[in-house]
Amino acid sequence: MAEQSMPNQSLNQSSQRSLKRSNEPVFWALFGAGGVVAAFLLPAVILITGLAAPLGIPSPELFSYERASAFASSWAGALFLFIVISLSLWHGLHRVYHSSHELGIHRGPLLSVIRLVCYGTALGGTVLSAYWLIAAL
Amino acid sequence: MTQKTIDIEVLRYNPEKDYKPSYQTFEVPFADETSVLQGLQYIKDQLDGSLTFRWSCRMEICGSCGMMINGVPNLTCSSFLRDYYPGKLRIEPLSHLPIERDLAVDQTDFLQKLESIHPYIIPKENQSVEEGPFKQTPAQRERFYQYSECINCLLCYAACPQYGLDSDFLGPAAMALLHRYNSDSRDDGKAERMPIVNAQEGVWACTLVGYCSEVCPKGVDPASAVNRNKVNSTLDYFFRFMAPKGAAE
Ligand code: SF4
Ligand code: FES
Repeated sequence: MAEQSMPNQSLNQSSQRSLKRSNEPVFWALFGAGGVVAAFLLPAVILITGLAAPLGIPSPELFSYERASAFASSWAGALFLFIVISLSLWHGLHRVYHSSHELGIHRGPLLSVIRLVCYGTALGGTVLSAYWLIAAL
Repeated sequence: MTQKTIDIEVLRYNPEKDYKPSYQTFEVPFADETSVLQGLQYIKDQLDGSLTFRWSCRMEICGSCGMMINGVPNLTCSSFLRDYYPGKLRIEPLSHLPIERDLAVDQTDFLQKLESIHPYIIPKENQSVEEGPFKQTPAQRERFYQYSECINCLLCYAACPQYGLDSDFLGPAAMALLHRYNSDSRDDGKAERMPIVNAQEGVWACTLVGYCSEVCPKGVDPASAVNRNKVNSTLDYFFRFMAPKGAAE
């Protein structure tokens, strides 16, 4: 049988328009990973450091400065803290950035500034927490 | 018994005469089974023959009768006047699309986008009739079936705030149909379609509002197609140097 003709050429202008690969996957991946952290780890961390520790539950010594500092200066502890702090920041600030729509900011220079501030803060938090955690090792 | 009537306010716009759209109200008699579309047809047949709108099948198949009913994108053939009584209806053309006349919108933008995603199966190798059909298991069919239910009614485009802001965005239905072909086991055209997915105008203009899936009359769930492709695009982004082109599932 003769070969079927198969349209595989671009058929109109819009498909010929050159499409540029977006770098958004970088931010979206950090946002997604941060979502897992914010949903599963962060509540537990808040419960422990925000409620249990100040109330001395189960015992005041458990979260004494020495113990907490020893935890943060171990490799595993530092890695845990880095993941929780950094990815939560990327997650939260990505959301804050995209919430600009709710404030009626959809495009333009103001949006670029918000983007810079949001991702800049996340990057800053990431770099600083890495620096301090490594310095304390 | 006197027949119940309801007020239908329709947007009127004749680009050859009108500087801007205006509204006109008609009093329309209705029964329990009168659809909104039949209400419009009553106006056209009995009150003002110049009212312009699209329709064909009257049964949620052709996708041509979508309009804004009281601000919500809906198919007029499967919406009923009784549900709005004793209030009134305001009927407008689908949001975010240029008006051609009255309630009919210009669909060109969508049709071009639809063409751009190559909405047909691109097999690895063509198979002759003698070789028989491409076979598929029920599980393979299940992967794309829901997305193939789209009737191109464009309610999702009227619902999408991102498309409203920037119509360069490929939009919900075109992305759902792109995903329909990419997830078909008989198709091998993924590499041709991924550049569209990966662009800012592809999946990345979406902020997961999800209203598209809410208004879809066919249960297509275009928002899920967009978000599955955010995953695909992210895999493609990070693994493009490792895997052969378009191999990320
Ligand atoms: S995805 Fe649903 S709402 Fe959108 S065009 Fe298709 S059928 Fe209509
Ligand atoms: S007239 Fe065909 S979908 Fe409503």
